[in-house]
This record gives sequence, C-alpha cells and structure tokens, in this order.
Amino acid sequence: MSVKLTASALAIIAAATTASARDQLQIKGSSTVLPYATIVAEAFGENFDFPTPVVEGGGSGAGRKAMCEGVGENTIDIANSSSRIKPSDIELCASNGVNEIMEVRFGYDGIVFASDINGPSFAFTPADWFSAIAKEVVVDGKLVANPAKTWADVNADLPANEILAFIPGTKHGTREVFDKKVLEAGCKATGAYDIFTEANGGDKKKAKKACHALRTDGLSVDIDGDYTETLARLDANPQAIGVFGLSFYQNNTDKLIVATMDDVTPSTETVASGEYPVSRPLFFYVKKAHLGVIPGLQEYIDFFVSDDMAGPDGPLAEYGLVSDPELAKTQEMVSTGVSMAPLN
Amino acid sequence: MTDATNNGAPKKALKTSLIAVDERTKRRNAAEARFRAYGVVAIVIAILALIGLVGSILNNGSSAFRQTFITMDVYLDPAKLDKDGSGNLEKIAKVSTFGYAPLIAKSFEKKFEDPNVGVEGLSAKKAAKMISKEGPAEMRRFVLANPEMIGETVSFKFLASGRIDGYFKGRVTMESAKLDKNVSTEQLMLADQLKAEGSLQTSFNMGFLTRADGSENRPEAAGLGVAILGSFYMMIVVLCLTLPIGVAASIYLEEFAPKNWITDIVEVNISNLAAVPSIVFGILGLSIFINFMGLPQSAPIVGGLVLTLMTLPTIIIATRASLKAVPPSIRDAALGVGASKMQAVFHHVLPLAAPGILTGTIIGLAQALGETAPLLLIGMVAFVREFPAAPPEGFFDPAAALPVQVYNWTQRADPAFVERASGAIIVLLVFLLAMNAIAIVLRRRFERRW
Repeated sequence: MSVKLTASALAIIAAATTASARDQLQIKGSSTVLPYATIVAEAFGENFDFPTPVVEGGGSGAGRKAMCEGVGENTIDIANSSSRIKPSDIELCASNGVNEIMEVRFGYDGIVFASDINGPSFAFTPADWFSAIAKEVVVDGKLVANPAKTWADVNADLPANEILAFIPGTKHGTREVFDKKVLEAGCKATGAYDIFTEANGGDKKKAKKACHALRTDGLSVDIDGDYTETLARLDANPQAIGVFGLSFYQNNTDKLIVATMDDVTPSTETVASGEYPVSRPLFFYVKKAHLGVIPGLQEYIDFFVSDDMAGPDGPLAEYGLVSDPELAKTQEMVSTGVSMAPLN
Repeated sequence: MTDATNNGAPKKALKTSLIAVDERTKRRNAAEARFRAYGVVAIVIAILALIGLVGSILNNGSSAFRQTFITMDVYLDPAKLDKDGSGNLEKIAKVSTFGYAPLIAKSFEKKFEDPNVGVEGLSAKKAAKMISKEGPAEMRRFVLANPEMIGETVSFKFLASGRIDGYFKGRVTMESAKLDKNVSTEQLMLADQLKAEGSLQTSFNMGFLTRADGSENRPEAAGLGVAILGSFYMMIVVLCLTLPIGVAASIYLEEFAPKNWITDIVEVNISNLAAVPSIVFGILGLSIFINFMGLPQSAPIVGGLVLTLMTLPTIIIATRASLKAVPPSIRDAALGVGASKMQAVFHHVLPLAAPGILTGTIIGLAQALGETAPLLLIGMVAFVREFPAAPPEGFFDPAAALPVQVYNWTQRADPAFVERASGAIIVLLVFLLAMNAIAIVLRRRFERRW
C-alpha cells in the first residue's frame, strides 16, 4: 500500500511540474532593496490584474547569481542589487545564455551614522572614522597600531565617548560603500594612503586594501545580521555608534540620533543633491529574455519607476528612498527596453 | 594450630544506635540532601528560563492579536471613480489606489466640520495618514465588487496606521511622537478624540490570522494567512510521504530484514541522519528538487519534500522502537496458530505498535513545523501575498511558512513588526502545543503495557 501511495505522490509531482506555468514574477536580491521591492510588489498586485510578485532577500550578490543561472521559468526574472553588477556576474550570465540584461537605477540610498537618542550628538568627518577604527594610523608621520580609545582622542571636538562602532559585515553591500566613501576618503585625508602606497612600492590596490583594514581589538564590531541587530546592540551599548541605512533611520527617529558627516545632516534632500557624501545608487536588473514570456514583467518594471511609486512624493520616497533626479530618463529607457551597455 | 581471629586485639565493634544518628549516616544523609537541592535548583532554573522566554513573547506578542480600527463614512465620488458615469467596470478598474486615497482626506474634512472634532494645525490630508495604506486598497476592492455603490456614502472600518495602533498599545507615546517623523502629536490627539467619539476602537484582530503579509509601509495589515496555509500544505506533504515510507522501512528492518552487515550499515546511517544539521537537507533540496528536478522555487511541495527527508529518520527510529516494544510472545503466538509472518505483523504487531508510531509521527511533524534553516535555501523566505490555490495545484504555488515569517518580520525596520513577530511565535507555539497534546492523548488512550 505504502509503495503505491509514494508512487502516486511522485506521479502527481511529475504531472504537475510539466503542467504548471509560472504566472507570478520572481524577484530576488539585496536586502536593502527588499523593502522598496515589497512596497512596489504590494501596490502592483493591488492595482493590476497580475498576481503579486514574490520577492526574496538574500543579498545583492546572491540575487545577481540567481538571475545569471539561466533562462526559463525556474529562474528568477529580476535581481535587486544595491551595488552595480560585476564583470564576473556578466560572464556567468553569458555562459548560461543570459545575454541581454536591462539595468534600472531607480534611486539612491544614504548610509547614516547614528547613536542612542539619549546620548550626545556627533559631527564626523571620514578622517575621524578612519582614525578611530583603522588598524594602523599615522602618528607623527609614522604608521602605528591604532592607539585611540575615545572619540576625543581622534578629534578634540568630538565627545569623549569610548569608541565602539557597529559596522556592517563584509557580506553587506553597505560595507562596500562604507569602505570606499568613508574609510578610503579618511585614509587619504589623514595622509595614511600615501604612506601605505609608499610601503607597498606604489601599488595602489594594496594601499587601498590597507586602508580597509580595521582594528581587531573589539572596538569595531562587524554586524553580519541586519540593521535590527545593530539597533539591538546599540540598545545594549548606548555609548556606541551604529551604521544604518537612511530609510531604517527614518523609521526609527524616536530611538536614534543621527550624526552629521562633513557637517551635512543626512536626509533625502541632502543625499539627492549630493551634499551628503555617503550614498549609493540602487539598481534592479531585468532578464530581458523573460519579457513577454512571464506575464506582467514589463508592467511591473514600468510601474516601479513610475512617478507614482519612485517619484519624490511616492511611497518609496516616503519610506526613505532618495528619488533619482533623472527618473524621467529611466522611465523612457525602461519603456523602450534598452539593454545595458558593456561595463567599462 | 592457631586461630588467626583469636590473636591480637578483638575488633572494635562500630557503635550503632537506632536512635542517635552516627557520623557516617549524617554524611550520607547530607549528601542526599545536597543532591536533592541541586535537582531543585536545576528545575527552578529551567522553569525560570521558560517563564522568562514565554513571558517576554507573550508580553511582546499578545498585542498583535488586537488592532486599532477607525470607522469612516466615505463618499464614493463619481467624479473621481467613474469619470464618464458609464459604470463600465473596465474603466473603473483603471483608477488605481492612488486615486482612492484623496477620498479619505475628503471624509476627514467632513468630520472636521463638527466643532468637537479636529486639532489645530492638523490638515485633513495629514489626518488621512492615520489610516493604513491598506485603506484605499480595501475601498478599491469594494468598489470593483459593488460598482453600483459609486455615488453613495459607505461606512468603512479601516485599519489605523501602525503608529496610531502603537499609541493605543503603549509603543508610541506623545514624547516619542515628537521625535518620530512618521507620526505627529496632533495626529495622536485626534486619535484620542476619535476614540472618545467612538469611531476609533481597538478590537480583536482576526486579520492577523487570515491576511497575507504586508509590505514595510503597512505593518498593521500584515498577517499570517499565507504562512499558516503554506505550513499546513507542507505538513500534508510531510505526513503523506513520511508515514508510509517510514513505517514500511521500519517494519522491513525490524521484522523481515536479515541481520547482516548491510542492514547494520543502514541502521547506523539512519541514526546518523537523525543528527545531521537541517540546513544540509536544505542544500540537498536546492540541488536535487529545484535545480535537477525543476520543481518551482518557494513552493510548499519542495519545502515538504525537504522536511520529509529531515523527519524520516526520526519517524523510523520511533517506529522501530515501538515495534520492538511489542513482546515476542505476540508474534510467536500468531505464528504458532499458523499465521504467515506478514499476517503476524499486520494483524497483531502493527496494531499494538500503532500508538507509538502515531506519537513518533506527530512529534516528527511538530519538529518539521518549527524548522526554518532548510527553508531559507529553497526560496521560502520570500514576500508572498498571493494565497496558494487549493491542492494539488496549490502545492506548487509560492507560499511562506510560519517560522520563516517570524524570521522575516524580525528583519523589518518598522518597530510594529516586532509585535507581529512575537505574535507569530505565539501562533507557532499554539500549533506545536496542540500537536504535542494530541500525541500525549493518543499515547494515553491506546498505549498498552506488558
């Protein structure tokens, strides 16, 4: 009896897989883009005759890899990404027959430095951050292991709070931006970059890597989870500073106080104007081979970049997205379906 | 010949008394008392930990079962919803939820005509933000279902937005609202007025169990409907596969298989599989069921298959143990009166072992119900709003699962999701408790001892 049951179960599986055609979009990728994508997916499902797309997180890299797995119903249609696609991804795509990809930049995200609302407020520069958490810093023209213990040691204008920084772990797209826009900028501003370059015989790549090296004495803590974890850690250590996405901060303004960077307060306006230095574009990548095959794909991407959603007064901006000033251009590109040019 | 015992001093006899307790007995009694104290301390620690855990979950999560609603009379303006007055459903459907949102602001304007309602500095448009973004969607669904109601004033019971709801649950206060950019103190004051007037009330939140997940913008509308259904579908798949396979394998191994090195290896492997970390089954599921067999992502069938693999060893071990517990005299008696081996097993051994098998199965299912790790890899950690269809097609539709929904909600930025996540844990615990209770009842009722 049992054998018959299992055999019939397998038969059902086999029959249904061949018969089922996918009617809902499948999207995967960056956890930073995820909230925006879910807001769009929800509104899309409500206003169109197509089912609500299925949106998954997992990280930018994972999303792009899943998109590049091949063409067909069992592969995803759109990869959300908080960093630009890499040449290695494009190679992987090409080797699996995914040739035409549409790159859509739908807005910007700010990265903010925030601490417990009951603590003092901070005014940082990238140099402060580099001097506070880098592994080696310059003292009297020489590289030494980082001696700073309090923020006042780093910059006399800052409060004498002990240094404790919760920064995103290396698997996060946010970390890449942090490395580049904060640590590297600070590295150059303090003069450490030149010394690193010299020490590495003029090798700029190695010098940059040295800039990214962080102290390992526990004052800089990598958070591999998401921002909710960083927030929980701040609750336990009110002295500490955490790195958050702008949208996360905007949803928790009653718990966090935000620090300025180069005297600019992060907000959707200052990020949009480019005054606030630590920001990054947000993308999604569309597999063009699925356009016209999976129902609703074109409608979804048109809807995503429409003024109703991604515009400066739309629900995405309300959640914390910095609207792209060139949105009209993106809309036109999406509706005509231009593939992305080769990366340069 | 000398008697050794007679030589030397006579052995000093231990002075024992039945009334006075001697030193050694005291020590032994003290050791026992200490051991009992250790036991009590261990149990107290365990109970405190349990109380702390359940208490914090109940404390955080019980509010998820209540929700704040605002009742509003909304005039379904034909000028907005049905511009040419044709009543053509296709044209009405063209009006998106963005077109419905202003109607709510209009009805607040109407409300503010009442001198007792209204807060200075709060415009109708800002007041409309107190209604969940789910509101316009509800109105649109209503109008599309009842197009003849356009032009009428209809009373809707809208969800209040997450912050307003949080105000009545103590999560949001006037002080925090001053710092919060998503809610203003004026809105909270208006909420108090509406409550006094009776159009705002907090009541049981059935939607938490029946609604689909909501996006980050509307935590108040997020529910467990899809997750409960997805978990239920997965449990059906697990039950239909593990029970026959597990029982057949156990009966064969226990009653029929020759005892040789091959069966020994099989046995060792089954015990080992029971201890394999569940994430390994997820990796296996991804590569075999999705990549090789081409089953759809995020589907309960794949989740069910993966959990089946995970649960099988547990069920086989439980079944074999209960088969072993049936005394050999039963088999011998059956064989003795001329039954075949199969008849002996199916007519006599299996019925006696059934309660144990059922208990093992239910406990295995409960374990599978709470499992998250393997599901992360097969795409079940997704934002799914569409309910899966009825089985069998529904097994192939995307769905979420209860433990995964908890994981999902703890990652969201809006603090309202903390309450939802704890609420989802409560629902999960209730299901687990119910399953374990069924297992205990079955065991009590049908178990036989020899």
